[in-house]
Amino acid sequence: MGELRLMKGNEAVAEAAIRAGCDGYFGYPITPQSEVMEYLMVERPYETSGMVVLQAESEVAAINMLYGGAGTGKMVMTSSSSPGVSLMQEGISYLAGAELPALIVNIVRGGPGLGTIQPSQADYFQAVKGGGHGDYHMIVYAPASVQEMADFVQIGFDVAFKYRTPVMILSDGAIGQMMEKVYLADPVARLTDEEVVARCPWASNGRPMSRGHNIITSLDLDPAGQERLNLVLQEKYREIEETEVRFEMIDCEDAEYIFVAFGLSARICQKAMQLARNKGIKVGLFRPITVFPFPKNEIRELGLKVKGMLVVEMNAGQMIEDVQLSVGCNIPIKHYGRFGGIIPTPDEVLKALEEKIIGG
Amino acid sequence: MTEEIIIAGFGGQGVLSMGKILAYSGVMQNQEVSWMPSYGPEMRGGTANVTVIVSDERISSPILNKFDTAIILNQQSMDKFENAVKPGGLLIYDPNGITRHPERKDINIYSIAAADEASKIGLSKVFNMMVLGGFLKLKPIVQLENIRKGLEKSLPSRHHKLIPENEKAITIGQDLIQPVHVL
Repeated sequence: MGELRLMKGNEAVAEAAIRAGCDGYFGYPITPQSEVMEYLMVERPYETSGMVVLQAESEVAAINMLYGGAGTGKMVMTSSSSPGVSLMQEGISYLAGAELPALIVNIVRGGPGLGTIQPSQADYFQAVKGGGHGDYHMIVYAPASVQEMADFVQIGFDVAFKYRTPVMILSDGAIGQMMEKVYLADPVARLTDEEVVARCPWASNGRPMSRGHNIITSLDLDPAGQERLNLVLQEKYREIEETEVRFEMIDCEDAEYIFVAFGLSARICQKAMQLARNKGIKVGLFRPITVFPFPKNEIRELGLKVKGMLVVEMNAGQMIEDVQLSVGCNIPIKHYGRFGGIIPTPDEVLKALEEKIIGG
Repeated sequence: MTEEIIIAGFGGQGVLSMGKILAYSGVMQNQEVSWMPSYGPEMRGGTANVTVIVSDERISSPILNKFDTAIILNQQSMDKFENAVKPGGLLIYDPNGITRHPERKDINIYSIAAADEASKIGLSKVFNMMVLGGFLKLKPIVQLENIRKGLEKSLPSRHHKLIPENEKAITIGQDLIQPVHVL
């Protein structure tokens, strides 16, 4: 299956995009995700498949280039890191409002403001709760390995087109910068113009006499029309919640306590689990892979069987709100986090479990 | 088998590439690997370090606070990582520029005067490979034939002519490493 490489997470995203048949990448450099565009510029897919790789003049320009490309039915993506993704929020809201498929990769760094260039998970609220205006969601994947960084590019494009919605890969500086083994899927060709028309009958890419105009917009001055759009969006989000949830459970069968963590934090928790089990503490890991839709039913059921949960995040407590809403308040649910680019160590995580949950 | 290694020194000493070659060699013998660099300010002139894990099993955290082996190439890294070696673990250091030698009694300590030797014989570009050679003499976690394959993968093809020099450096490093304190 595919090809085995040792790659950085950022490089894996770029290579996976080429192999997925992506039509266009638009971005603006920012640490710690600059390798995405650097890799594409070295590989020069514009000379082989015709994929556009363009350094825009800003993140605002890049996200609006996505809007234009997606409006014609093309597979388009961008990547950035936290401050750059903040600049993109208006465009993301417009993509959601106009029901356009697009892939946005956020290699999160510490904030707020310009913050730091070290890894963080402090953009969870922004990604999951709608960082832009209006009632919208993106489907948000939280990869925990370089392999998943590559996998969620193809999967992300697939669901973006299935639901006509922007999709985000919410990663962090550590997974972007680290190298691991990755199996890359065999490349697929970009869609032809005819195939794009067949896949996206809604797209604005030249009107044959057989149909009316396809208009791509998020504006409807008639409130009744705008409410209809909102109802369509909400119905879509409910369907996504029913069908697109992904999660991983490790050693939860006999567990008395549970770590809940996404992305890099989940990897650190796995090490903390080994340390805990060496001491005879039965702890398991619940890892949401999609953070929207959140695996609320699965985590609620797990909450009925254990004595407590420690939510470990590289932020001040964001996903814990979704865990608490899902599980209720029958068991203690506490948070352990480090901020501003500091990565918690497995020792610290185990100590937090012992102090806040077991002894708490 | 799981080997958790920190390699630390100045930017420009080849710390990151030493880790990369080790990781690629692990891939070549079908093991799981992770390579987690310090990045950012460190790349711009200060200290650089990389955590490399080579394992037969799925790797959990790519970020660690305790290591089986620390390979230390400057004083700042000695201050930071001497205490991060697991009891019974291994510390390898190049004494060049070290003002405070390691003091722990519960770990194995070896020194390798690779910087001096490399400049003496005019191979300073492959100084890092001498250090890697020393490490592999003590812990042969990857086979030399896989190091060669790893070099082929991690070096751009215009540099493949340097592979024999790198292999020579590994051999020199294996002879150069000396015990300081052995349990």
